[in-house]
Amino acid sequence: MSAIKIKLRENDLQQLKEVCKSFNNEAGELINVLHKAQGIFGYLPAEVQEVVAQELNVSVAKVYGVVTFYSFFTMVPRGKYPISVCTGTACYVRGAEKVLDEFKRILKVPVGETTPDGKFSIAGLRCVGACGLAPVVLVGDKTYGRVAPDGVKEILKEYEDQ
Amino acid sequence: MGKLKVKIDNRLIEVEQGTTILEAARKIDVNIPTLCYMNLGDMGIEHKPGGCRICVVEVEGRRNLAPSCATDCHDGMEVKTHSIRVLNARRTVMELMLSDHPFECLTCAKSGNCDLQSMAIKFGIRDIPYEGEKSTYKPDTSPAILRDVDKCIMCRRCETMCNDVQTVGVLSAIYRGFESVVAPAFERNLDHSECTYCGQCVAVCPTAALTEVDHTNQVLRALADPTKTVVVQTAPAVRAALGEEFGMKPGTLVTGKMVAALKQLEFDYVFDTDFAADLTIMEEGAEILDRLGKFLAGDKDVKLPILTSCCPGWVSFFEYHFPDMRDIPSTARSPQQMFGSIAKTWFAEKIKRDRKDMVVVSIMPCVAKKFECTREEFATDNNPDVDFSLSTRELANLIKRANIDFNKLPDEDFDKPMGESTGAAVIFGTTGGVIEAATRSAYEMYTKKTLDKVDFEQLRGMEGIREATVDFDGFSLKIGIAHGLGNARKLLEDIRAGKSEFHAIEIMACPGGCIGGGGQPLHHGNSAILKARQKAIYQEDSGKPIRKSHENPSIIKLYKEFLGEPLGEKAHHLLHTSYFDRGKEIVIEADVKEENR
Repeated sequence: MSAIKIKLRENDLQQLKEVCKSFNNEAGELINVLHKAQGIFGYLPAEVQEVVAQELNVSVAKVYGVVTFYSFFTMVPRGKYPISVCTGTACYVRGAEKVLDEFKRILKVPVGETTPDGKFSIAGLRCVGACGLAPVVLVGDKTYGRVAPDGVKEILKEYEDQ
Repeated sequence: MGKLKVKIDNRLIEVEQGTTILEAARKIDVNIPTLCYMNLGDMGIEHKPGGCRICVVEVEGRRNLAPSCATDCHDGMEVKTHSIRVLNARRTVMELMLSDHPFECLTCAKSGNCDLQSMAIKFGIRDIPYEGEKSTYKPDTSPAILRDVDKCIMCRRCETMCNDVQTVGVLSAIYRGFESVVAPAFERNLDHSECTYCGQCVAVCPTAALTEVDHTNQVLRALADPTKTVVVQTAPAVRAALGEEFGMKPGTLVTGKMVAALKQLEFDYVFDTDFAADLTIMEEGAEILDRLGKFLAGDKDVKLPILTSCCPGWVSFFEYHFPDMRDIPSTARSPQQMFGSIAKTWFAEKIKRDRKDMVVVSIMPCVAKKFECTREEFATDNNPDVDFSLSTRELANLIKRANIDFNKLPDEDFDKPMGESTGAAVIFGTTGGVIEAATRSAYEMYTKKTLDKVDFEQLRGMEGIREATVDFDGFSLKIGIAHGLGNARKLLEDIRAGKSEFHAIEIMACPGGCIGGGGQPLHHGNSAILKARQKAIYQEDSGKPIRKSHENPSIIKLYKEFLGEPLGEKAHHLLHTSYFDRGKEIVIEADVKEENR
């Protein structure tokens, strides 16, 4: 009678174990493992964190500590097209907040959440290192530079029929 | 390496390389205030995150103030610990900390014993100029430990105890900046985590962010109820520490005064957990000899080493982390539970009371005991064998509330029969004591000879992991001892890997054993206090007329009248237990259709 049961699908478990193995199951690689895992699952649910903790032999409390510390990690499933608006210093002074507000207004979800249809999620991000293009928006892997609030609609249009 | 010459507050001192400013200052009795810093030197436990910034000092030639706990001395260094710049910085840090702290000192469980409060007094803080956001967090109640994170100052001492010392890994800092708190994974409550309730987090928390669950009012209510017969038992380590709560020197034995106080509190029977400790030795000793006998007869399936099982924090630990090995520990219940079981059967019959009309209270140096007595297997018809477990601190509080001048009390004796005990029982209170007590009895039972000398010095000490060999008339009994769950883990991993050569191992969850328990008077990081308590325990042992458990006349009578033989049917039913698999388990779910992801 185990107290805590970790429910996972066979395939997910194997994938996760392989990720850990590719980093030699080293505790020091926790952030890299979580990064990869989030790449696979789109987010880091409790079950995934439990398995990572077991595989790397660190406590799950520590794993959760790291996941909550870095804004990049999320425990909420992200949308099919995750939107990140950079609010680092350069982007911020060039109007990133207004761009972010426009995304929130049109999609009707706050930062850190996903639209009910699962299509878009919005996240704030601190500096992607492309300050010359400020303000910068990322949708999935695609980068948009010098985005103005009135350009937001156009960006979203690209993903409308997909 | 040469010595370093350092000037602290205009006084010259020579120190070794690697000495911090804080350590150097303390050598010349300059007590720089600290809050997050913790150093239990003899246990090898040090925590200096340099996080609180209370210990800052001014170093000549350095632009910013230096955290003295985390800054090493260098040759020719000049340090000022109380310049106006330092005092102002310290005050500001304190004021900012207090600006996000509840002002509940009047009703706070830690009032009078709170490091933050004493620091505020020391700094002469009279008002808080900062008005800012206050963090709020849900309180968490478990059977033993209360978390009130609003009072957390993020010193993270608990995290060091839980992770580095105990390797339990339940507590971690989560989130960042203003939002950061210490919490279990996924912010679950403690009773949904792998917490063993060892209480070491409670023992080091500077504020009331972590406290034991208070059961004093329930006990007072039981005492006031004329229909109840209230029986109290006191654990061995309590008598070596209770005096500290009344200003006595650490290591003062207060056995007689404690009994007198409990009688004044109007407990109907004042008994001793030591009685049950002797009983534990009868059962555990018999079990050791039984397994050893089988082993020597060539039985390959016998489980060795045998591990002690009197510590509830340790029992939870192996149920969570080593469930595959749960057939190795002795099945003997802890003294607290053996006491409850016998009090509500044998003794209940003697005084012609139904178990439902009896209330058994235990005074324990422990918070895990609060959890242990709620375990379902230790109840009959929903009536628990032990109703309430109070910590040493809670007992001190009860005594103060009853207007008893503890220091002036005369010495009184425990009631009979369950107050009679031997020197072997009292040493249960320190690391190494249980196995020494077991050795005293097992030796005589095995060799059929009388021990010339009952003191087994080789089993004593404060080292985290110790080993010793005791000659059993030609047979070398190999004994291991670990205190602190991190040390226990090392021995368990050796056993799992088939590398252990011990026949018997004693394990205590808390550093020092019960003398350093989570329910004891706070030692505020002073490990000399633990040593003094240990000395007191051995002092009580050597002063006892009988020092071997199997010679306790009341125990002999108990077996004769009621139990029969050790490991017999009745003993098995009343004095033994079984353990549960509480380990985490990965369950494979059937494949869900991809679109449902």
